[in-house]
Amino acid sequence: MLELKQVWKSYRVGALGSKRLVAVRDVSIDIAPGEVLSVVGESGSGKTTVGKMVLQLTSVTRGSILLDGVDVTAKGHYERKVYYRKVQGVFQDPFSSYNPIFKADRVFDTVRESYFPQLKRAEWTAKVDDVLQSVRLDPGSVLGKYPHQLSGGQLQRMLIARALLLDIQVLVADEIISMLDASTRIDVLNLLGELRERGLGVLFITHDLSLANYISERVVIMRHGAVVEMGATGKVFTDPQHPYSRNLIASVPQLHRKWSDDPQTPEELEPDGDREVDPSPLTEVSENHWVAAHP
Amino acid sequence: MTLEVEDLQVHYRTMKGDVRALDGVSFSLADGEIVGLAGESGCGKTTLGKSLIRLDGRMQHVGGKAVLDGAELPIGDDRAMNTHRWKEVSIIPQYSMSALNPTRKIGKMIAELLRSRGKSYREIKGELVHRLELVGLSEKVLDNYPIELSGGMKQRVVMVLSTLLDPSLLIADEVTSALDVTNQKAVAETLVRFRDMGFVKSMIVVTHDLSLVYQIADTIMIMYAGRIVEKAPAETIIKAPKHPYTKALIGALPEVGLEHGDERLQSIPGKPPQLLNPPTGCRFRDRCPLASDECAEEPPVVAVDAGHEVSCWKAED
Repeated sequence: MLELKQVWKSYRVGALGSKRLVAVRDVSIDIAPGEVLSVVGESGSGKTTVGKMVLQLTSVTRGSILLDGVDVTAKGHYERKVYYRKVQGVFQDPFSSYNPIFKADRVFDTVRESYFPQLKRAEWTAKVDDVLQSVRLDPGSVLGKYPHQLSGGQLQRMLIARALLLDIQVLVADEIISMLDASTRIDVLNLLGELRERGLGVLFITHDLSLANYISERVVIMRHGAVVEMGATGKVFTDPQHPYSRNLIASVPQLHRKWSDDPQTPEELEPDGDREVDPSPLTEVSENHWVAAHP
Repeated sequence: MTLEVEDLQVHYRTMKGDVRALDGVSFSLADGEIVGLAGESGCGKTTLGKSLIRLDGRMQHVGGKAVLDGAELPIGDDRAMNTHRWKEVSIIPQYSMSALNPTRKIGKMIAELLRSRGKSYREIKGELVHRLELVGLSEKVLDNYPIELSGGMKQRVVMVLSTLLDPSLLIADEVTSALDVTNQKAVAETLVRFRDMGFVKSMIVVTHDLSLVYQIADTIMIMYAGRIVEKAPAETIIKAPKHPYTKALIGALPEVGLEHGDERLQSIPGKPPQLLNPPTGCRFRDRCPLASDECAEEPPVVAVDAGHEVSCWKAED
């Protein structure tokens, strides 16, 4: 459904844009309907830039992004609006996604103004109640409240509800649970699982491997802007082939294993080289498991 | 016994009244012990850490005392506390990445700090360089500005700096939250190494990440709404928790190896009570699956095992 084909992104940085920073290098991934695809990597790996390009918050330098086979790059306000009917995003910090001066349900009203101006009040209210219930929120307890009166989990679920008001096909979820507490984050995570069952494609961007493993069937591990390993979650996590993935998975704190039981020194990794050149090519080591060439 | 805290109460004064961030917290810390302090946001864990060094002037010290190495800490008095900070009690702050002065080279900043404590930079420099090398930094960082270092490197500089005068108690407040998993592991292991090498006698590690603190702590304390609800050796907290809140918290953690399909993780319904007017009795009872009438009374602290204390009416069952 959504396809990224050899996508590159470089930013201009430094004084007057004198330098170039290549943030994403030759990334090709695809998301099918009813699938949660996780993109995992350290800070600076380019995972958020991938999400931003899908949401058209930043342009694609080279390559293309296709939705149902059609290039998504909008050529004007109208085309962009049509695109946002199908693709929406939710971001990391729920508290800064809302304007604290207005009531939190204003995020729904703005959708109504842009997309459903002709809908009658009663129909609209019914629609809002409907989506709120589908994200497991009680309309009575969240409507008419200010952002500071609601918890992070509730705010984050309202933003997902807002995306669901439109008939979206793809949801970009960029670190949506990193800021939430352990007791509430699971609700949001399970909700993503339910969206998947409804046939949505979710691009789940995270640095937390255990969350990625819990929710997604396929995972993409990025480093220095390029994909180092991708494939079925089970295969990547149980049998990581790339030294970077192995380091990453060994460092995750877990409750059934202590680091000190099995001391490992991290493997040597290639340093960050010239980002302008093509990254190491991916080879298929087994069915649905791709690894970048490494020394 | 390094630290003894008895019935500590700390409030924040607001327009609406006092917020009881800590409401009767007692615990003790042995020599060489690493205690993990875990809980949700707003449960008072950071306040507990900060109150032992009195980092925040808005805190109202209402009652209770803290005894470090046999001498009482003046935790209610900003000025008197100053002679104890860094030398006896030290902290690695939550946003240690921004704890460095951006306008000074790191070496110069450390020299100024030492001078303010009446110490000589020249005498300590040898030890400083040695410790920087221990955490994988070269002497050259002393000539760098903070902006020239990565987040992980800055974190390590602050860790070395905080422990430079061999404090007897170190408070590490969410030191790993802003880091990547690989850096997280390195930083957490460095904390343990500092303890093993005797740079710090004992340590309180404040975090919301239970699986991380399990890796390094000897003892874990779980806080809820301004109180400690359970304290036990790390192994026991994870394998055999007694308090319903601890159980729920562990039940909400995704693990590598668990998938959405096999088993749904459960969240804890509701949210923690307001600390402006905290409810009487057990503060978890509104969200607790086991709550019954007796929970309206203050729960007793039950010692279920050696070193395992739970404040719950149902701990015996």
